[in-house]
Amino acid sequence: MIRLTSVYKEYPRSGTALRDVTLHVNKGELVFLTGHSGAGKSTILRLIQMADLPSAGEVRVSGFSSKLMRRRDIPQLRRKLGVVFQDFRLLRDRTAEENVAFALEVTGTKRSAITPRVNRLLTQVGLAHKARACPDELSGGERQRVAIARALANEPLVLLADEPTGNLDEWAAKGVFELFREINSMGMTILMATHDLTLVRAHPEYRVVELAQGSVVYDSAAASVEAGRG
Amino acid sequence: MPYALREALAAFRRTPLLAALSVIAIAFALFVIGLFGLTAFNIRRAIEKVEEKVEIVAYLADDATPAQVELAQQEVRALPQVASLRHVTKTEALATAMAEMEEFKEVFSDLDANPLPASFEVSLKAGSRSPEAVERVAKRIQAYPFVEDVRYGRDWLNTIYTIRRIAAGVAMVIGGAFALVAAIVIATAVRITVFARREEIGIMRLVGATDGFVQSPFLLEGLMSGLLGGVLAAALTWGTYRVLGSTMFQVEWLPSEWIVLTVIAGTAFGLLSSLVAVRRHLEQV
Repeated sequence: MIRLTSVYKEYPRSGTALRDVTLHVNKGELVFLTGHSGAGKSTILRLIQMADLPSAGEVRVSGFSSKLMRRRDIPQLRRKLGVVFQDFRLLRDRTAEENVAFALEVTGTKRSAITPRVNRLLTQVGLAHKARACPDELSGGERQRVAIARALANEPLVLLADEPTGNLDEWAAKGVFELFREINSMGMTILMATHDLTLVRAHPEYRVVELAQGSVVYDSAAASVEAGRG
Repeated sequence: MPYALREALAAFRRTPLLAALSVIAIAFALFVIGLFGLTAFNIRRAIEKVEEKVEIVAYLADDATPAQVELAQQEVRALPQVASLRHVTKTEALATAMAEMEEFKEVFSDLDANPLPASFEVSLKAGSRSPEAVERVAKRIQAYPFVEDVRYGRDWLNTIYTIRRIAAGVAMVIGGAFALVAAIVIATAVRITVFARREEIGIMRLVGATDGFVQSPFLLEGLMSGLLGGVLAAALTWGTYRVLGSTMFQVEWLPSEWIVLTVIAGTAFGLLSSLVAVRRHLEQV
């Protein structure tokens, strides 16, 4: 589903963000991407969205390769990815349902199909009763649920989450993660960047990839293979 | 209502001053060009009327032999620019003078000899009446040794053409300046809108909207500004025509194709200005 092979990323001003990162994420996995600020978590998510291209190496996402990527192909890739951010990135002057509908409208979904799908998504994230509320009228957890509903609107293959619980209190964070688990249980591949180690440690059943200074320093999948060999 | 149209109309509501400035700037650019069009069209009509009367008169020496005159007539008639040639004999010239100048009739009658020369009156075909074409034919006739003088009103013909060239030059410079201002205003409007909607644009890209979809409201806004500017320019030109006609002198109104062309030019200009600006500014979001 997602393959990063010997990826390097350098920025002109801030220097090397990733060095020799190789990471394969299989279909249906839920992977925690952890590490300190500046470790390279968000850079990996940006490379997967092809918002940036690697300085060396290759990123492959669901058949799209960073080496062959043309600008006009990017929208097609983005429709296969749902993205959730720490700061929600909702349009403040639109209601919850309008925020979700917006993602469908701009990708050319037929008007008649938008309303039922928005209702289904808001029900899925537990916010059907707040469909007409604007972001300012919602709690942090509720806003993130709207953002998740929007990310799922175009039925993506992968959900990328960049510190999705970073702005939430413990209970809201727990609720949002439960939603991720539920979505993952339906077969969605999820890559979640987080520095919330309490959350990561509470769920040892999921794969953990740790980054430090732009390199992968720990991968629980590889560790369990090593342990099996030992 | 489609997304692009809804957003384009919303942009007019959000920044009405900028939208109005865009429309006015385009309108003025096209109005100046429209005024030139009105001037050029009427000068052209005037020139066409004057040109119909353009004639070369070649005065012949008294000692020209009939054979020389006959041969010259045949040669001049054969020139591609020449529509007709009339040979006016000395006798005919005197008769015409006496008929046209009644007060000198007795003076002419008392003369021992006819002082007026014979002449060729040469009229030219349409398309061969520009100063250059007339001069070429005049020089060709002047080359005959028995032709004493050739006249064709060179000075006023040159003056009319010069006026037309100056009018065109001035209109192009002023129209160009207004067009530049219009392009800057449109670019500023696009820039402000892009900045105001940067979050929305970011989300659109995030969820997979194509570049064309993201650009479409901006292009539509430019197109509508251009269309309104073109219509306003046509209205201003018409107003000027009416005022001129009622207060100063009678002018002819422009052909309808020119008006349609003005509106199309405005629309195309608005669209093109938006396209350039939106491509530049969206890169920065």
